[in-house]
Amino acid sequence: MGLLSFLKKRRRQPAISNEDRGILVFENTSEVIQAENLLAREDRSIRVMGPPPEIRTGCDLVIEFPLIEALEIIRTLESENVYPLKAVPVTGSLLEPVDIFFTRDYGRFLMVQAANMKLTVEKDSLTVVNVSGGGCPDVPYLAAEMVGKTLDAAPAPRSIGHTLCGYALQLAYEEMKRKCSQ
Amino acid sequence: MFAVIGTVPDKEFPLVCEPAALSGGKLIVGGCQIPINRGTPALLASALQAGEYFGAPPPTACLVGDIGTGAGSRKLYAYLEQALSRLEFSSLTFHYIQPDVDWHNRVLSAIDRMPGRPRLIADAGFMYAAKMSGQAGAYDIFTPDIGELAFLADPDAPHPFYTRGFIFHEPERVPDLIAQAYASGNAARCLLVKGKTDVAANASGVIETLSEPVVPAMEAIGGTGDIITGLMAAFTAMAYDGPTACIYASKIARMAGSIAKPNPGSQVTDIIHKIPLALRQFF
Repeated sequence: MGLLSFLKKRRRQPAISNEDRGILVFENTSEVIQAENLLAREDRSIRVMGPPPEIRTGCDLVIEFPLIEALEIIRTLESENVYPLKAVPVTGSLLEPVDIFFTRDYGRFLMVQAANMKLTVEKDSLTVVNVSGGGCPDVPYLAAEMVGKTLDAAPAPRSIGHTLCGYALQLAYEEMKRKCSQ
Repeated sequence: MFAVIGTVPDKEFPLVCEPAALSGGKLIVGGCQIPINRGTPALLASALQAGEYFGAPPPTACLVGDIGTGAGSRKLYAYLEQALSRLEFSSLTFHYIQPDVDWHNRVLSAIDRMPGRPRLIADAGFMYAAKMSGQAGAYDIFTPDIGELAFLADPDAPHPFYTRGFIFHEPERVPDLIAQAYASGNAARCLLVKGKTDVAANASGVIETLSEPVVPAMEAIGGTGDIITGLMAAFTAMAYDGPTACIYASKIARMAGSIAKPNPGSQVTDIIHKIPLALRQFF
């Protein structure tokens, strides 16, 4: 099953080229995260990316999608009350999110860093003991909601976060879960 | 008098701009009690500990509740745009605020209208907005970690999340990244790069590197950077110059960490409580 979904992703990904890509622009990052969840559920070939310079405000994400699927994608989103501000063709290169993880093993504790966010758990209990890094105001909120809970009981950053830092913490959280399940 | 401007992770928390105090392990601002676990409250608690040690007046805390939607931050920006021109502070320290370039620029214009130009320190989200605005040179101190330094050095990166060639543990690249940040006009007059080794720098290059005492667990503990920025805010208010404030803040935060003997599961309050002892040992 895992291999099939891997192959499916590999098959769909090359279909995106400069000419047939568009971006969906949203009011805020929370809506981007919601839209990504909805479209990922339909196995759409999308990527969360940095916006082009002309529409950056400081803490943004956009969703890159195959232009040919614009109508279906917008219909899916609107049916769930998620409304993109606009859907426009990609005219230049988009920034790719950081995708490197760094892990530090402290013996009793394990820390995973994704981009500017770090998540630390106690290995025996899988309890989140610290969240650090980042600069957006959902970081202290995410820390308050996650610290002291086990990885399974803690809310996924994607479900309560709103910013790029929250999104980076989601990546660290997924990597931590992957490492702890090995 | 100096002010610290930031957010509290509680969406119901009202906008307040009042002198801060510590009582019973909580931060007290405008009659509100705030836990000091991390973020701007941790910064303020650290600044208060330093101020109390020296008998200096407490900072004014301009705070609002924001859990990341940016709604509270926008209220705070709007308040600052209107109020700053009537207020007098020797320094302003900006912290966890939703980065927004347009609002940042409006606040910077309001600062220009203040009776005396305060010294400006930017950390966290507001530092991101300051860099994105192209007005980093208006600031006295930025306090990036190494990833945020890579973001300052990359003229095209809108957020540390996108920094190309992001490095986690290549401290040997720090002097180059500092030079790039200054060359592209994306650095404040003074930088304190926070990490395993802290680096104080200005446009001429590295001023001092600080690596002792080493407390490896501090990397994992949320809020240790807030301690440094809080101490720096306090020292700046005592009229120390930028590099000295950076160096003292780094050394005292490290000493407090060493005294606390934390593990990666410790909380930042465990270290903040040791600041008075660190100050006693340092001065």
